[in-house]
Amino acid sequence: MPNLELIREQYNSARALCTKRIVVCAGTGCIANGSLKVFDALKNAVALSGLEITVSLKSDKPEEHKHHDVYMVGSGCQGFCQVGPLVTIEPNGIMYGHVKPEDAEDIVARSVVKDEVIERLLYHNPEDGTPYKGVKEIPFYTKQMRTGLKDCGNVDPLNISEYIAHEGYFAARDAFTKYSPEELCTFYKDSGLRGRGGGGFSTGMKWNFARIEDNPKKYVICNGDEGDPGAFMDRSILEGNPHSVIEGMLIAARAIGADEGYVYMRMEYPLAIQRIRKAIVNAEELGILGDDVFGTGSSFHISVMEGAGAFVCGEETALLASIEGKRGMPNPKPPFPAQKGLFGKPTIINNVETLALVPIVMRQGIEKFRSVGSAKSPGTKTFALTGHVANTGLIEVPFGTTLRKIVFEIGGGVLDKDGKINNDAFKAVQIGGPSGGCLTSEHLDLPIDYDSLGAVGAMVGSGGMVVMNDSTCMVETARYFMGFTQHESCGKCVPCREGTRQMLEMLEDICAGEGTEETLELLQEVGETVKLASLCGLGKTAPNPVLSTLRYFRDEYEAHVKAKYCPTKQCKALTPIYIDPQLCRGCTLCTRVCPVGAISGEVKQTHVIDPMICIKCGACIAACKFKAIS
Amino acid sequence: MSTQYSAAHSFNKVMEILDRYDRSENKIIPILQAVQEEYRYLPQEVLTFIATSLGVSPARLYGVATFYSHFSLEPKGKHIIKMCDGTACHVRGSSKVIDAIRDRLKLSAKKITTDDMMYTFETVSCLGACGLAPVLVVDDEIHGQITPEQALALIDKIDAEEKENA
Repeated sequence: MPNLELIREQYNSARALCTKRIVVCAGTGCIANGSLKVFDALKNAVALSGLEITVSLKSDKPEEHKHHDVYMVGSGCQGFCQVGPLVTIEPNGIMYGHVKPEDAEDIVARSVVKDEVIERLLYHNPEDGTPYKGVKEIPFYTKQMRTGLKDCGNVDPLNISEYIAHEGYFAARDAFTKYSPEELCTFYKDSGLRGRGGGGFSTGMKWNFARIEDNPKKYVICNGDEGDPGAFMDRSILEGNPHSVIEGMLIAARAIGADEGYVYMRMEYPLAIQRIRKAIVNAEELGILGDDVFGTGSSFHISVMEGAGAFVCGEETALLASIEGKRGMPNPKPPFPAQKGLFGKPTIINNVETLALVPIVMRQGIEKFRSVGSAKSPGTKTFALTGHVANTGLIEVPFGTTLRKIVFEIGGGVLDKDGKINNDAFKAVQIGGPSGGCLTSEHLDLPIDYDSLGAVGAMVGSGGMVVMNDSTCMVETARYFMGFTQHESCGKCVPCREGTRQMLEMLEDICAGEGTEETLELLQEVGETVKLASLCGLGKTAPNPVLSTLRYFRDEYEAHVKAKYCPTKQCKALTPIYIDPQLCRGCTLCTRVCPVGAISGEVKQTHVIDPMICIKCGACIAACKFKAIS
Repeated sequence: MSTQYSAAHSFNKVMEILDRYDRSENKIIPILQAVQEEYRYLPQEVLTFIATSLGVSPARLYGVATFYSHFSLEPKGKHIIKMCDGTACHVRGSSKVIDAIRDRLKLSAKKITTDDMMYTFETVSCLGACGLAPVLVVDDEIHGQITPEQALALIDKIDAEEKENA
């Protein structure tokens, strides 16, 4: 049986012998920005300066513990991808952004050997240029409440001892040695923990459905098929703290009596796959996973399954079909997977973020967990904040936080079409990906939780939050999402297969200027039908982006179909031809070439085009000698 | 097709993969992934061979192979370029980059591989690197905050390298 206390103690004593710790973010975003080169450059610079360095803290043999000046770690995603590569120096708490390999020498000389802060590498507020020293000061971090993400980007994801030193696996051990499965289900039900993958169903209740099934074989599945475009919290957790997910799966396995688990991963996340595989091997070596979990004689094995690129596999029953080696098509519920799931056995499927929160809830206790968030949606939620916002990245806030705080305070404000911060440019937030809806300025003060979002036609979904400024065409956005869901519709049930296709064609018509008011009526009707009649979650939620934009941006749709005009000039076919009054000399040539007589104006006076008559043939553009028409 | 996949030694490789997955029908997806890794696509003969070995109908295998977007029944180019067209990338202008690359390589949404088999260009729904939107992946290397000009420069670079090695 692994002695967690001893591992923790040995790790801490080895760690105490290191003077400084340099954390280089090695999440997908920072790696793309060159963080691995920065890591090597820093390592070389430390070695050149004559300091003792270690990159893998060996803590299992106390007799070999020795002093190191620098302990270097590549961490998982720290959420602030835009500013990457990120380098943090502890215990000083300095965080540097946009670090280049050339900066390594300077960092080592001034911030590692000495305790100076290099101002040019700090994060500066884009609005007024104020420099911030580190996570304890940067508003992007201070206004968040990082619970599930707390250790993500802090612990070394490849070092199981470090996870244990951060109280990891103690909750799983308690689950196997102190609590009965029934107690665990009741505990999680009372905690109010709800599934973070979209539906928001009570985790404890779900487990209990599987627990009461009398079957010697049961499965726990971690759903890491994060297909929502614009969401990347699952990737970040699996990259940054894979052991927290394994611990969550262990507790779930104990609660329902499962001996086998799968982590279903998107193949688009190679780094996350690599890290979860390594974490599983390390946990097996310690006897945390395997045939004798924590010496209790219970067995639990986890395999990793890579998806092959199908959005619908995020749906539970489709995911099961995919693991069974079939086309990933959903099946009607009931029977629910908790009764008849993988290979016909009782199965629970939890999302990555939910599983990562499971050990945290036990560590915190019900009272503390419920003290954050709203009454019906306790705890925190991770959102992927992207789009036209100054600070993009992964954030975690308590349920009940308002959109205003997320976008304007944590996000640092809205970017206008010139890329400048201008909060008046705010137009909408698309939340929950292709299954979610749009929120507008009237929702800025709405406390965000599962129930409040449902009431306004959106959903928490996986937590993708895309901010859009006033240069975004909402009709085109709806068309984009419909194009996505139509492409991903598996084709099993008619409402989704045909309905999404018809909706997409109608939206394409509207964007091409061929829509009429009847198109809008029909679009609404088909959308409501698809929502009602589809078999699985994909189809039931596919019309949400269309229905919510129809609801909140009706005038924009009407401009497209009535005035044949796209207010944001995003739809090329509906962008009026315009004569620049500064350049027009009033030569009247254009009025003569216009086949429909849409251009009017006196000689030597500025001419204007009547958009209602113009057929956009372009004859005037070709004729104008002064390039005044575009 | 010039690829000599029908040679006996190639099937040995398939046999190895089948053995690795216990010739289990449940493992069709990992088997196809491993086969595609080997051949860069799923040749028809190999699919039939796998179906026979697993004791399932070729139609069942074909159904799986065509359902998932990762599987390709057509050979892919030497260099694979993927543009993310997830929501964050879309609102930050991925369409312009997509148009520029398609223009340059004379490709379209339907035709994704160049005639000389040098490039395959595809769009993907989300790479999860939304903080860096828009994102382009060239031969597994991620490039963030990409502009059409930068994307074309990357292709120029590959072209130049290919010329040097030719």
